[in-house]
Amino acid sequence: MQRRVQHCRQSRSLAVLPLLLAFVIAFLAPAHADEAQVRSIITKFGDAKGFPQIEAVVQELGATGDPVVARSLNALSDGVLHVRKADKQIFILEERGGLRVLDPLSGEAVADAGVARDYTKIRVNNGLRRTIRGVLGSLTLSASDPNARMRAADTLFQTPDPDAIETLDGAIAGESVPAVKMRLQQARAAAVLQSDLPDAQKEEAIALLGGMGDRAALSLLNGFAANAQGDLKSAAEGAADRINTTLAAWDMAQNVWFGLSLGSVLLLAAIGLAITFGVMGVINMAHGEMVMLGAYTTFAVQEAIRAGAPGLFDWSLLIAAPTAFLVAGAVGLAMERGIIRFLYGRPLETLLATWGVSLILQQAVRTIFGPNNREVGNPSWMSGSFELGQLAITWNRLWIVVFALAVFAVLLFVFNRTSWGLHMRAVTQNRRMAASMGIRTPWVDAFTFALGSGIAGIAGVALSQIGNVSPNLGQSYIIDSFMVVVFGGVGNLWGTLVGAMSLGVLNKFLEPYAGAVLGKILVLVLIILFIQKRPRGLFALKGRAVEA
Amino acid sequence: MITQRFLSNGFSPRIQLTLLLLVAVAILVPVLNLALPADNPFHVPTYLVALFGKYLCYALLALALDLVWGYCGILSLGHGAFFSLGGYAMGMYLMRQIGSRGVYANPILPDFMVFLNYRELPWFWLGFDHFWFAALMVMAVPGLLAFVFGWFAFRSRVTGVYLSIITQAMTYALLLAFFRNDMGFGGNNGLTDFKDIVGFPVQAQTTRATLFALSALALALGVVVTAAIVGSKYGKLMIAVRDAEPRTRFLGWRPENVKLFAFTVSAVMAGIAGALYVPQVGIINPGEFAPANSIEVVVWTAVGGRGTIIGPIIGALLVNGAKSWFTGALPELWLFALGGLFIFVTLFLPKGILGLYDQWTGHRRRIRKQEPAPLPGAEVQPAE
Repeated sequence: MQRRVQHCRQSRSLAVLPLLLAFVIAFLAPAHADEAQVRSIITKFGDAKGFPQIEAVVQELGATGDPVVARSLNALSDGVLHVRKADKQIFILEERGGLRVLDPLSGEAVADAGVARDYTKIRVNNGLRRTIRGVLGSLTLSASDPNARMRAADTLFQTPDPDAIETLDGAIAGESVPAVKMRLQQARAAAVLQSDLPDAQKEEAIALLGGMGDRAALSLLNGFAANAQGDLKSAAEGAADRINTTLAAWDMAQNVWFGLSLGSVLLLAAIGLAITFGVMGVINMAHGEMVMLGAYTTFAVQEAIRAGAPGLFDWSLLIAAPTAFLVAGAVGLAMERGIIRFLYGRPLETLLATWGVSLILQQAVRTIFGPNNREVGNPSWMSGSFELGQLAITWNRLWIVVFALAVFAVLLFVFNRTSWGLHMRAVTQNRRMAASMGIRTPWVDAFTFALGSGIAGIAGVALSQIGNVSPNLGQSYIIDSFMVVVFGGVGNLWGTLVGAMSLGVLNKFLEPYAGAVLGKILVLVLIILFIQKRPRGLFALKGRAVEA
Repeated sequence: MITQRFLSNGFSPRIQLTLLLLVAVAILVPVLNLALPADNPFHVPTYLVALFGKYLCYALLALALDLVWGYCGILSLGHGAFFSLGGYAMGMYLMRQIGSRGVYANPILPDFMVFLNYRELPWFWLGFDHFWFAALMVMAVPGLLAFVFGWFAFRSRVTGVYLSIITQAMTYALLLAFFRNDMGFGGNNGLTDFKDIVGFPVQAQTTRATLFALSALALALGVVVTAAIVGSKYGKLMIAVRDAEPRTRFLGWRPENVKLFAFTVSAVMAGIAGALYVPQVGIINPGEFAPANSIEVVVWTAVGGRGTIIGPIIGALLVNGAKSWFTGALPELWLFALGGLFIFVTLFLPKGILGLYDQWTGHRRRIRKQEPAPLPGAEVQPAE
């Protein structure tokens, strides 16, 4: 700021001449008569004292019906419209990267600026801004672009003004696009509520607004009900109640959706853990790091694609998923062969050893990729969102739900329809008996562990789309995954599904009442209490096999 | 009953030596620090006093964990929570001692409360201006939490890995809770800027030396208590529960009571360790509740040798010494070293350094028998 002012001061002496010149030219050669008229109205800002007078000028500008006034009105609303002290001319001042003085109609920079102190800001308050929005709204109602008309209708809806009803009536009559027409009618209804029109019209308006069912209509109706009497008051309150019911239903739907979305993330993160825990009784503390490896694999794959074949970027996740499965699966296999198989029957020691592995993996990734968050891009088919009623559903969340369910279905197939799955289930239920039947339990263990880790890697691919990819990624999911497994019980994939989804939904339903952190604490406490009732989870294996 | 047993039988020579050593350290180190001039070769610098005071608190924490894990078979991944709760109780006392010397000079409210627009002291802060009350809370709060938690968990026979996981969930829930500003414990900044402890300035050299001596004596007391418990009939029962819980139950004992006793005593010890730790490091914040911290305690115990009394002490001193050295000299490598230590110890040193020492010397004292390593593939039970 200081530097800019000094700079301007230095150039002031040189500035005077071209500035004068610019003005002489501007006034000698007006573009056409209309513009001259508008210009003369704008100049009245220079003499206007106090908000009512400024408002009168704004109304007068609006009355011209000329879209060219929009620039100056917007500038006034933004508080950048200024009067030059010397000659009471009006300009728009822009201070981004040095002072620029713009003509209020053309928007062209005036050749020479002077310093900010030469100008007085035209003051503006919220009442005035509202007037300006109204004026601008009715100006653009006649625009040829339907989107512009829609925006104008929005503006008018948000700033209802009884004076605009006539304009709106005209616009509604001439409107051909149904959506815009609907919006115009809503804007009209909002304006009617504030007008002196007969009660019958107001009741119609209430009915129309009540049909909208969103928050904006609700606040309009509530505001109206507060000041109304008799039938109108009860009608408005009734409409508001109906909207509240609709909103509550949508809120519920939204919570369920968010819950399912969180649940599918938990499902992805936990299902690999559930498999290894169920089959081997091994709590793999490095499970979160497998997820992290999957996410970093996605990052590496994307980097390679960016460097080698940018056209394939939209396919990057489809390439990353099997790669991540292989990478994490290989690490898991190495872990099982190298460490865990020596520790069977000592689950607590396994827990410690895998924790050690997790520390090493974290530090390794930190050394290779650096400690900072890495950015993983979203392919085009995963970005953006669409609306379903009043729900905004993002594509990446939707795809993750689909993906999680797909992974679940594949695992279910593997477990129930393949011989390998049969072996895994046999080992889960009774290891010694399975071994007697000729099942090679060490082989089953190794590949089960690799499978569980590989699934975690795939989960990492999905999680890289919705969160940060950092060396601590796994840590943030590991406790939640444990909770899912402990809650759902082992040895049954359905337990994991139900556990993940119910924890996800529970979390999201508690959040509005308790806040995110307290909600999470409550869930943890509830699980701890739940474990008292069912020490082996929702879907525990029955029979002697699980008794120690 | 326990005292009588311990008075009549006494301790093993190894424990007597440890106690002697601890008392000697408690006297010698402060003397060498305070009485000798700084240029004397035997002078112990103040920073080392503070550092080793911290290690002694860790050693007490490791000993507490060893009582439940080594002797009772309960792998608690939440002992850091008891440690931190003890620390917070002490921290609250120290905060109240600041009085009007805080930045906002409020005689009643600690600075962070003034900052967060508290009108009056929350009810759970009442009484913490008295040292005796704080000292009571240091033991009562972790003890009570452990009692309630254990009562629920052991009664419904939550065992093995499940128990480990829910203890971890407990400390994680507390971590999240203490991070909240409206809990009234200073949010993520925790409690710090302490001035006085029972009238002595916390930063003073003499106070630090005294705290060191107290930590050494507390550790010695912990050793006495642990050895007494373990040597008693109840200790035998604990070991029986560890090695064969169903069999103990069928013999007519109540394993849940045994476990609950061990868990509660251990939590109280952890709380005391936390209370001594806080004035020496000058801060307590929610980070102490992090699950990773609690797991680190497990590795100290494992390295030294679980199921022994001096093993955890050796482990805590060694691992933390190594940590201090590594984070100073090779910060990149510390997590590799720690992770490797976890793997190495579980694979090759199931009885820790102490077990290794006993093997080497052929000094086959009757170490409490570990659960025998099962034959590969012979083990059936996943969750236990």
